[in-house]
Amino acid sequence: MTQPIDPLALAGAKPKGKRPYFLDNPDVERVMAITMAVAQELAVMRERLDTVERLLEAKGISQADIENFQPTPEQADARGAWHQEYLARILRIYQQEIEALDKPDEPTSEDIGVELGQDG
Amino acid sequence: MTDKTYDGPPDYRLVGEHGMFPRTTHDEKARFNFLAHLNRHLASRILPGVKTAYETRIEPNNPVPNHRNQVRKQLLKDPLFQHWSAQRRNTMELRQQAGRWVTLRQAEAMNAKARDLTEGDERLELDPDLEIPPYLAKIDHHCMPGSYHDELVPGDVTGPANYDCGIFVTTGGGLGRFNDGGGHAVVKWMKTNRPDFAPKRILDIGGGLGQNVLPIAQAYPDAEVVCLDTGAPSLRYGLARAKEMGVDNVRFVQANAEDMSRYPDGHFDWVQSTMFLHETSVKSMPKIMKESHRVLAPGGICMHVEQPQYSPDMPLYEQAIRDWDAFYNNEPFWTKMHELDLDQWMVDAGFSRDELLHGGVAAVVDAELFPEHANDDVEDYGRKAAWHIVGGEKKAA
Ligand SMILES: C[S@@+](CC[C@H](N)C(=O)[O-])C[C@H]1O[C@@H](n2cnc3c(N)ncnc32)[C@H](O)[C@@H]1O
Repeated sequence: MTQPIDPLALAGAKPKGKRPYFLDNPDVERVMAITMAVAQELAVMRERLDTVERLLEAKGISQADIENFQPTPEQADARGAWHQEYLARILRIYQQEIEALDKPDEPTSEDIGVELGQDG
Repeated sequence: MTDKTYDGPPDYRLVGEHGMFPRTTHDEKARFNFLAHLNRHLASRILPGVKTAYETRIEPNNPVPNHRNQVRKQLLKDPLFQHWSAQRRNTMELRQQAGRWVTLRQAEAMNAKARDLTEGDERLELDPDLEIPPYLAKIDHHCMPGSYHDELVPGDVTGPANYDCGIFVTTGGGLGRFNDGGGHAVVKWMKTNRPDFAPKRILDIGGGLGQNVLPIAQAYPDAEVVCLDTGAPSLRYGLARAKEMGVDNVRFVQANAEDMSRYPDGHFDWVQSTMFLHETSVKSMPKIMKESHRVLAPGGICMHVEQPQYSPDMPLYEQAIRDWDAFYNNEPFWTKMHELDLDQWMVDAGFSRDELLHGGVAAVVDAELFPEHANDDVEDYGRKAAWHIVGGEKKAA
């Protein structure tokens, strides 16, 4: 007999080939990976909640209703739009960095404070 | 939220659930939805910023590069490229984990179903003694643990099932419900450009689980079609999948395309591959191309479908970004393959210059289900479902 497959142990298996790290500090990359996995789970929860809410609107809920729920094209679009908004919110720091590319010489609040302190 | 019409990835529930398709719970579908959106966000919202960072703070402050590797090394020092890369790699890892969870938790049922559908069917020809070529054995391509060939238990199909249910995510649905947009594109090209072509025998090399060869088999129902691959799990899943989808004219054959001596000269009227060459090696390619030429009948057509080659007029920045998968997504031969002179390789394999064939094809997907892909302008360099054909037409004897 072969060993039964253990999904918990095997689902996250490392692929063959050394993993690249990109950030200067690999700890930051680890935290980022964990954060994104949490973000994923929150998205999953939000989608489930959305299902429950929409079902509640129409009738009482059962487990089977939730498992088999099919959003209408409109509902699916609304969910998709939520995803876009959600990601934009979590990854806002990159948006800021991109916007700042146009403003390489923008002063910091400290700079302005110093400047204002010298006014007059 | 704005009142703009929604233009993002389709809901995962639109994926085509054929009989072999792994079952997914509500939350597993939601997980795939999140990952499709994350991929799309990285490609459409972050990657353009990397380009701006390159133009505004890398190019002006670094020596002028003369090769894409120099661009890549300059990019590696930039924090936005670092983060985009770390996110993209992590998203790939999350996608594998999500898909593997789905298939491994139902491994016994799936493997049993595949066994019931394929046992004793002579259209599955496996070769347990086949040696897996080193370019496949050394590394798990696109970070897919176990690659195309490993079996967790005898008769395992969880690897290809993971590929089948998760690729919708990586491409944001861009390959269509059954991930077969490439196959449909090839059929469309053939029906448009060679309307009278009536192949009797068709060979798909490196056909994997056969998703792209099924539309070809359906478009030419009288043809005998062969899906040839080194990976037994893919082929086993492929036959079971084809049967569940009602396609009966495809054989799934385990063999190495470097040696197709099981077939006589001129056996096939159409020799085909999609997204295959970049996963081989520079040593194996001449053998594969020679064999493809040899088994091709006079009057027959050979077509390899791939991402576009790096040409001198492709900007070095674009080349460097397209190369990302080669370095960071376990596609080690990607970079070399995309710089080769494929025409020359076809000529070395036996085609004359005037027999060569070129073309472009874009994934054909159901525009009603995936309207945004009908005119999708998000460029995720190296992943967009728009390909080049390099091929040859053997003159009739
Ligand atoms: C990226 S997959 C492409 C699968 C499919 N053609 C598609 O369009 O999605 C590459 C496939 O080529 C197969 N392969 C690689 N080298 C091979 C060889 N020498 N002979 C046969 N198959 C090979 C792999 O096992 C894998 O299934």
